[in-house]
Amino acid sequence: MADVTTTMQRPSPAHASGPKPRRAFSRRNIMIYSILFVLAVYYLLPFYVMLMTSLKGLTEIRTGNIFAPPVEITFEPWAKAWSTVCTGLNCDGLSRGFWNSVKITVPSVFFSITVASVNGYALSMWRFKGANVFFTILIIGAFIPYQVMIYPIVVLLREMGLYGNLGGLVLVHTIFGMPILTLLFRNYFSSVPEELFKAARVDGARFWTIYFKIMLPMALPIFVVAVILQTTAIWNDFLFGVIYTRPENYPMTVQLNNIVNSVTGVKEYNVNMAATLLSGVVPLTIYFLSGKLFVRGIAAGAVKG
Amino acid sequence: MSQSGKPTGLFKNLSAKIAAIPMVLTALVIFVGCSVWTIVFSFTNSRLLPSANWVGLDQYERLWSTRRWMISIENLAIYGILMLILALVVGFLLAALIDQKIRFEDGFRTIFLYPYALSFIVTGLVWQWLLNPEFGVQNAVRNLGFETFSFDPLYNPDTVLYGVLIAGLWHTSGLVMCLMLAGLRGIDEDVWKATKIDGIPAWKTYIVVVIPMMRPVFITTLVLVTSGIIKLYDLVIAQTGGGPGLASEVPAKFVFDMMFVSQNLAQGFAASTMMLVAVIFVIIPWAYLEFGGKKHG
Amino acid sequence: MQPSVSIQNLKLDFGSVSVLRDLNLDIGQGEFLVLLGSSGCGKSTLLNCIAGLLEPTEGAIHINGQNVTWAEPSDRGIGMVFQSYALYPQMTVEGNLTFGLKNAKMPKEEIKRRVARAAEVLQIEPLLKRKPAALSGGQRQRVAIGRALVRDVDVFLFDEPLSNLDAKLRADLRVEIKRLHQRLRNTMIYVTHDQVEAMTLADRIAIMKGGVVMQLDAPGVIYNKPANKYVADFIGSPSMNFFATTLDSTREPKVRIAGKDVYLTGYEFTRPGISGDVWFGIRPEHIVTGELADMAPAQFEVAAELAEPMGAETLIWSTLDGAPLRFRVDGQMTVSPGDMIRIGFDPARASIFDTVEELRI
Repeated sequence: MADVTTTMQRPSPAHASGPKPRRAFSRRNIMIYSILFVLAVYYLLPFYVMLMTSLKGLTEIRTGNIFAPPVEITFEPWAKAWSTVCTGLNCDGLSRGFWNSVKITVPSVFFSITVASVNGYALSMWRFKGANVFFTILIIGAFIPYQVMIYPIVVLLREMGLYGNLGGLVLVHTIFGMPILTLLFRNYFSSVPEELFKAARVDGARFWTIYFKIMLPMALPIFVVAVILQTTAIWNDFLFGVIYTRPENYPMTVQLNNIVNSVTGVKEYNVNMAATLLSGVVPLTIYFLSGKLFVRGIAAGAVKG
Repeated sequence: MSQSGKPTGLFKNLSAKIAAIPMVLTALVIFVGCSVWTIVFSFTNSRLLPSANWVGLDQYERLWSTRRWMISIENLAIYGILMLILALVVGFLLAALIDQKIRFEDGFRTIFLYPYALSFIVTGLVWQWLLNPEFGVQNAVRNLGFETFSFDPLYNPDTVLYGVLIAGLWHTSGLVMCLMLAGLRGIDEDVWKATKIDGIPAWKTYIVVVIPMMRPVFITTLVLVTSGIIKLYDLVIAQTGGGPGLASEVPAKFVFDMMFVSQNLAQGFAASTMMLVAVIFVIIPWAYLEFGGKKHG
Repeated sequence: MQPSVSIQNLKLDFGSVSVLRDLNLDIGQGEFLVLLGSSGCGKSTLLNCIAGLLEPTEGAIHINGQNVTWAEPSDRGIGMVFQSYALYPQMTVEGNLTFGLKNAKMPKEEIKRRVARAAEVLQIEPLLKRKPAALSGGQRQRVAIGRALVRDVDVFLFDEPLSNLDAKLRADLRVEIKRLHQRLRNTMIYVTHDQVEAMTLADRIAIMKGGVVMQLDAPGVIYNKPANKYVADFIGSPSMNFFATTLDSTREPKVRIAGKDVYLTGYEFTRPGISGDVWFGIRPEHIVTGELADMAPAQFEVAAELAEPMGAETLIWSTLDGAPLRFRVDGQMTVSPGDMIRIGFDPARASIFDTVEELRI
C-alpha cells in the first residue's frame, strides 16, 4: 500500500500513470478522463456529422452549421439514397449496390473460410512434405501489393469466362482472403493438443472425419472470428470490386463513390451522407454486435506464423 | 487387418494433399505466377493488351522520368513516414491511457476502434465533407466569429496530403491501439510491482522497461501499417481523387490508371514492379529481425 | 508361443537425428511391459511407432503375427491412452467411447454391449451423459481408458497416462490399472518416466536411453542387478553411491575404498576374473548404521554433512573416499552436521561396472 501513496504524491501527475492506483477523483484521473473525452469527441465527430447532415434538408445545410442538429428532421435523403439516386445509367439507388454486395460477400465469406479452415487443419495436423513451402509463399504473398497481381488475374478470369461476373470476384476474394485466414486457422488448430488428433486416428477416423467430427465443432469460436473478419473486409473492398465486376454488378462501395464523387448535377450533401452511412451500416452492426471477437480477429492478423 | 506395404510418397496423406490443392494453386499460380508475369511483361511495350514486344528497361526509364510517378512516390513517402510515426504514437498513447484501469474501458475502446470497421471509401467521403471549406469545419469556426479562420487542406496542393493523413489516422489509429493494448496487457504485472519498489516513475517505466519489452508488438504493427500504406488507394480515390491537380496522387492509383484508364499496360506493370521492390525492402529486414534473429536468441 | 508384439530392427530418424536405433523387442501375450526413461530417450516415439502414429524409417512391427508396420492405427488391434486424456471435448462420455466403434461401422447392439461393459469395469456408468469438461482428472482418465477398452483389442498402449494427475490420484489409478490388467490379461505397453510406476506395474521394464534399450528385465533384476551404470544410476531414489576404485581379482576379489580392502564375498560376478579400474556402486538403502553396521562385512566411519528428515527416515549426505555418499537412518534419530556415524554394507549387494563401457562385471 505504501508504494501507492508515494505514487500519488509524486509532483508530476501528468506522467504518473501505470496500472495500479484507483482513487476516483485524483488529479491524475481527471487528466486521463479529460484527454480520453477529447479524443473520443474527435473519433465520434465524423459519425455525428454524417448522421446530422443526412437528416437535414439541402437549404438547412447551405445556411446552417454542420455540427448543429437538424431543425427539421427529414428522412427523405435516406429514402432517395436507398432507392432513387442515380449512378451512371441506373437510377435505382444504393439498394442495387447493397444487394450486389450481399451477393458478393456471402459466397466469398463461405468459400474463403471453407478453404482456409481446411488448409489450416491440414497444415497443423497432417504436415505433409512441402506443405510449409506453400504456406510460406502464401504468407509472403499477403504482403505483395495487389497492384502487381491484378492484371494477370484479369487475364486468367477472362480465360475462365469469369471476368465481370460476381463469380470471378468471389474467386478473387477467396484467393486473397486465404493467407490471413489460413494463418488464423493454422494457429488455432496448432493449439489443439496433438494427442486429440492421435486419439482420433486410433479410433479409426480419417482426414475428413477428424475435420468434421472433431475439429469443426471445437473451432466454432474461431469460425465466428473469421466470419467477422472476412465479412468486414469483403464488404469494405473497393479495388477488386471496381476491377473485376461490370457496372451493373458493382458492390456498394464502388457505387457509393460513384454517387458522391460524380461531377454532374447538383451536389446533394444530405443524400451523399445518407448513402455513406448506409454503406457503413453492415460493418458497423457487425462491429458493435461482435465486440471482443472483432478485436480478436484483428489481433489474429498480427500473430506471426 | 491390412497387410499393405509401405505407401509410396505421393499417396501418403493423400486426403491432406487433395485438400491443400487450392492453397498450392493460389501460392503458385497467383502469388508466384502472376507476380512473375507482371515483372516479365514490364519489359515489353504492351499498351491496350499484353504483347511480347521486348523493350528492355525502357518502361522503367520512362517511369522515372514521369512527373506524375515522381509526385506519387514523394507523396507516398511523406504520407508513409508521417502516418507511421503518428499512428504508432497516437495508438500507443491511446493504449496507455486505456490501460490505466479506467472506467468505461470498453466504451472508449469501442469508440476508438469503430472507424477501422468502416471502409476507406466511407472514411474518405466523411472527411471530404468535414473538410469542405464552404460547409465544413472552416465554415463552422467562421460562423463562431473567427472570420479569417482558414482550414481547407483538401483544396490546397501544398496541404492536401495532410488532409488525407487526418482521415487515414482516424481510420487506422484504433487498430494500432488495439495491438498495443494487447502488448501492454501481455506484460507481467510483476514488472510494474518491481519498478514501483525500485521507485521508478511510471512514465520512465514505459520508456525504459515497457516499450523495449513490447518490441515484437511494435515490429508487427510497423509491418501491418506499412503494408497498409503501400496499398493506399481507396482513401485517396474517395477523398480527393488524386487532386487538386496531381497533388495527392499515389503509386497504387498510378498503376490502376495506367492499366485500366490510359491503356498503357507496361507502364503499369513497371510501376507495380517498383511497388513490389519497395515492399521487399520492408519485408526483408523484418523477416530477418523476426526469424533470422531467433537463432541467436 | 508367438509374441503379442514383436519389434524388429526398428529405426527412426527425424532428419539427421536418430531417435530409435536398430531396436528389437518381443512382448509376450498378456505381458505388462513398461518403457522407462528420461525425456527424449525415445520411449514415447517407440510407442507412437507401435500405434502407427509415427512411421519408422526402417524395420518392422508385428502384432499377433501380422506385419502392421504400415497399417493404419485403427487397423492394428490396439487401444491407446494418452497423458492429456485426449477426450473429444464436444462429445459426451458415451460419444467418446463410441466414436471409434461408429467409425468402424459396428452394429448398434454391439456398441451398446461394449459401452455397458466398459462402463461397468471402470465404474463410469453415472458419467455417460456428461461432457469431459464436467469430469475430474481421475474420471477423465478413466473414460480415456474406457475408450481403449471398448475397442476390445489385445494390446493396450499407455503414454504416461498418470502424469497429469496429482500424487494421490496417481497412486489410486495405478492400482486400478494393475487390477485391470489382472482382470483382462491383455498385453499392455506402458510409457512412463516415473520409476515407482514402472516398478509397481511392470512384468518387465525396458529402460531406454538415446533410442536404445539399455536393459530389459523384471523389475527386481533391474533394481538388484542393473546391467550398466546408467541403469544403476537411473533406478532408485536417492540414486546409487559410486566410488571410483580398483578391482583386484588376482586372488580373492577385492576393491579398495578409503584405504581399506573390501572383499567381495558373495558378489555374483557376471564377468569373473577381471581386474582394473571400476565403478563400485552401493544403494543408499543397502547401507546400514548402528548395531547392524557392526555386523556388516565392510565398515566405515563418516561425518554427516547434511540431514534431510523425511518423517519415517532421514537422508544423510556425507563423503566417503572423496565421493558423495548418501544413506538413510531411522527418522527418530537426530543427526547434526559434523556427527560421526558408523556405517556398513554387504558387498554382495553392490554393483560393479567397468569404466570403459560401464557394463556390469
